[in-house]
Amino acid sequence: MLGFLSELGQRMIARVWRLGAGAHLFFLTIIYSGESFRRFHLTLREIYFTGVMSLLIIIVSAFFVGMVLALQGYNTLQKYGSSEAIGVLVALALVRELGPVVTALLFAGRAGTAITAEIGLMKTTEQLSAMEMMAVNPIARVVAPRFWAGVIAMPILAALFSMVGVLGGYLVAVPLIGVDDGAFWSQMQANVDFRDDIVNGVIKSLVFGVACTMIALFEGFDAPPTAEGVSHATTRTVVISSLTVLGLDFVLTSFMLVV
Amino acid sequence: MERTKIDLWVGIFVALGVASLLGLAMKVGNLTSSKIGDTYTVTAAFENIGGLKPNAPVKSAGVVVGRVEGIRFDTKAYEAIVNIKIDERYAFPKDTFANIYTAGLLGEQYVGLEAGGDEEVLKNGDKITQTQDAVVLEKMISQFLYNKASETKDDNKSTDVKADTKPTDGKSTELGDAPF
Repeated sequence: MLGFLSELGQRMIARVWRLGAGAHLFFLTIIYSGESFRRFHLTLREIYFTGVMSLLIIIVSAFFVGMVLALQGYNTLQKYGSSEAIGVLVALALVRELGPVVTALLFAGRAGTAITAEIGLMKTTEQLSAMEMMAVNPIARVVAPRFWAGVIAMPILAALFSMVGVLGGYLVAVPLIGVDDGAFWSQMQANVDFRDDIVNGVIKSLVFGVACTMIALFEGFDAPPTAEGVSHATTRTVVISSLTVLGLDFVLTSFMLVV
Repeated sequence: MERTKIDLWVGIFVALGVASLLGLAMKVGNLTSSKIGDTYTVTAAFENIGGLKPNAPVKSAGVVVGRVEGIRFDTKAYEAIVNIKIDERYAFPKDTFANIYTAGLLGEQYVGLEAGGDEEVLKNGDKITQTQDAVVLEKMISQFLYNKASETKDDNKSTDVKADTKPTDGKSTELGDAPF
């Protein structure tokens, strides 16, 4: 019994300690960002690896999510004789929720794991220590460019997700089901607000970008320098990122919906 | 050589992002339609505004001419005071009539302006005196049922008053008396 309690306490303390270490790394990343901005080609390279390489998975899944939304939405809406409202349903669902959230989940799986594995392996093969020996700050050289790349790439990917999703919904609703073309767009424009819906979606994706990238970076930085440690860290990146994104989404939404 | 290729791809990536954000704003959102330039504000008092909310459209002849800026409660007259922002391009006579309508059966509520015949026009800070309250559905239904109930009582006394089209048998009169 006592052993169980002490183990529980140790685990809790370890969690809190890791949280503090993560916050410390975040703080250092912000401080050393200036140095990484001076060598912006490093950040550009990382935008290429996290953003451009994620384009395919984002576009394809957005297209299918939009199409499924339109099909499911039509199925219920036509019972109430308001199938024209399908444009509103697809656009609001994508812009407000699915765009930022699904993009963040895919990003955590596609780019977050790559970041964790890369940094974990750098640590295992003592490249980070080697950098310190050469008086190169690994946070300015390795961590900060990846952080900013993730923060820049996430809103772009989320906006792309929403737009492609709306196009997918359009493709199902108008040519396939036969909803009126004009009603689809005009109802959408009448009910989607630029400030309340689109800008809030961008804010959400920015916050998710910071959270996902920071978690991936910290897990890589914190990984035990063994093959097993890196693999565990990669798994934890996906799990913690996903849970954080879903939890943050609820918090942000409840803040945004307050009148 | 390798780096320029990456630059190109990142450029394409950012351009795609900006394009989709623009597309969202223009095609999906209401950034193009809700542009109201300079405005003037008038107030209108209603006894009941129903479900009218700030930022609801103000329409005249079906065209959006402004927005509801704010709603507050007047504790002296126990009325709702609605501030209405109207686009400066549109001038309305002083005796304009303000109604609260519902778009569709269950849609959002909006303010409808019906122009009067006065020579003078509304200016910033003016008050619209002629208003009509929102229709409360429950009130209307109960009134309708009440009228119907009293009507059928009268019908039992004299059925021949109701037969306006042509003398028919009892069956069709019964159908005509059905509540809906």
